[in-house]
Amino acid sequence: MTTDRDVTGREGAEAYTLRVNGREVRVAARPSRSLLDVLHDDLGLGEVRYGCGEGVCGTCTVLVDGEAVSACLMFVAQAEGHEITTLSGLASLAGDAAATEVHARGRALHPLQQSFLRNGALQCGFCTPGMILAAHALVERVGQPTREEVAYELVGNLCRCTGYAKIFDAVAEYAGAAADGTRARHVEPVSDHGSVAS
Amino acid sequence: MASVDFDYVAVSSYQEAVEALARGGEEAKVLAGGQSLVPMMNLRLVRPELLVDLNPIGAAPPSVNGSTLVLGGLTRHRTLLETATVRRHCPLLAEAVRYVGNARVRNRGTLGGSLAHADPTSELGACALALGAEIVVQGPSGSRTIPAHELFVSYLTTSLMPAEVVTDVRVPVKARHEGWGFAEMVRRTSDLAIAAAAATVVLEEDGTARHVTLSFAGVAERVVSAEDDAVRSLVGSTGDDRALGSAAAGAVAALSPSSDVHASGEYRRRVAAVLARRALRSAFDRAAEGTSDAADGAADGEEA
Ligand SMILES: Cc1cc2nc3c(=O)[nH]c(=O)nc-3n(C[C@H](O)[C@H](O)[C@H](O)COP(=O)(O)OP(=O)(O)OC[C@H]3O[C@@H](n4cnc5c(N)ncnc54)[C@H](O)[C@@H]3O)c2cc1C
Ligand code: FES
Ligand code: FES
Repeated sequence: MTTDRDVTGREGAEAYTLRVNGREVRVAARPSRSLLDVLHDDLGLGEVRYGCGEGVCGTCTVLVDGEAVSACLMFVAQAEGHEITTLSGLASLAGDAAATEVHARGRALHPLQQSFLRNGALQCGFCTPGMILAAHALVERVGQPTREEVAYELVGNLCRCTGYAKIFDAVAEYAGAAADGTRARHVEPVSDHGSVAS
Repeated sequence: MASVDFDYVAVSSYQEAVEALARGGEEAKVLAGGQSLVPMMNLRLVRPELLVDLNPIGAAPPSVNGSTLVLGGLTRHRTLLETATVRRHCPLLAEAVRYVGNARVRNRGTLGGSLAHADPTSELGACALALGAEIVVQGPSGSRTIPAHELFVSYLTTSLMPAEVVTDVRVPVKARHEGWGFAEMVRRTSDLAIAAAAATVVLEEDGTARHVTLSFAGVAERVVSAEDDAVRSLVGSTGDDRALGSAAAGAVAALSPSSDVHASGEYRRRVAAVLARRALRSAFDRAAEGTSDAADGAADGEEA
């Protein structure tokens, strides 16, 4: 349709309008570009990561209309008209006054992220964005999953560091807190060193 | 790695899809869930010039028409797993799909795509055989229905003609006194099966078997049904362990699975015999109860 160049300088790009983390963004891309490449390279969302390109590892997990999918297996042309959420947009999904307030100061952590920090559920952190988004989708759907359900749902998100036990703890703590009240759904500010403010 | 460049067209009806495919010729490919096609494109094992994206067509929710469960070709794996209608009327499919891929695969992958892809380890393909499913396809010269046992030809090869697309899958609903069983051996949940077996049994009022089916994934270049002789030995029996053991042994005797990095052919054959026996055992037991776990689970929650 157009002869625009995409970020890699190649011609044949088309204009796409995507909704990413609640914002409308326009990108110039060839239709064959993966959603993963567009999010990571063109939009600078470093939390959407290339691991395998085959749907196996889960490091490229994003939510499309609230459901976890592999961004490496979707093409940019397929993403128009859908709501895409990456880890950095998750805090805004908590959707309450606290979230907006914290956002105005520029830093926010979703309660599930806080639970990961409290439980030491990450080491290198490479798998963490995908892990959190997948776990978030599960808790949204079933409320309080059993440990078996968490293991079944997260089996497609590979972690080479933690051995998974602390990840399961973090998800269970978040789901438990989310089920007993609203507190855990609030987004809390973090200090510059990344520790959770009290 | 990334795919080669291609032209992309999203279609909103199967008719449009067929026309686009016919125009695109050999270099055109259908895109459904993308969970098999796109990995192959990313590895550049497949290099289409045109992708025809079916997703905007969508699928109606699973429904029962008379004694047939009608599933749109674009029915996602997740829908098979979680829909009460499927769990009640075809619990074998709802159970087997638990073994398919990971959560992201089930969120996107489709029934039509799985059958068209014809992976020899496909759980859903083995179930289509055991259930006697029919695949409704549309092509340049209209629509036709392919019985599952005529669909799977060889490794990643079906009897679909060029520019034909799967529009619906029709599955006989579970009958009274029908039981089902599914068993799989896999190195890690979400991996492709080393071997899997699916079975159905319909009992007479007196508890003897009237009809038995058995099929396998992972043991040939396509999903396969057990040879007639093997399952026929069970008709008229009550499914005691010895009868099941010898039927399973007979069924795998006819197989010659190949070896790969995951398992030797001989190991696959031995595993298949065990899985066949377990699938048949569950099918006989469930038929005798006149009920099944998944149907029980679905009983309180009608269609979401
Ligand atoms: C990590 C991972 C693990 C997996 N594990 C399993 C597993 O354990 N068991 C299993 O069975 N599968 C597994 N899969 C594959 C998955 O089930 C796919 O969803 C399925 O094989 C293909 O369905 P799809 O809708 O994704 O099709 P696509 O990938 O879009 O297409 C697959 C092929 O079918 C054709 N096609 C698609 N739809 C139609 C149609 N309606 N009519 C005609 N042709 C069509 C395409 O042109 C293509 O050739 C796995 C995939 C991944 C990435
Ligand atoms: S990069 Fe997408 S699943 Fe591994
Ligand atoms: S924390 Fe390193 S891969 Fe999971």
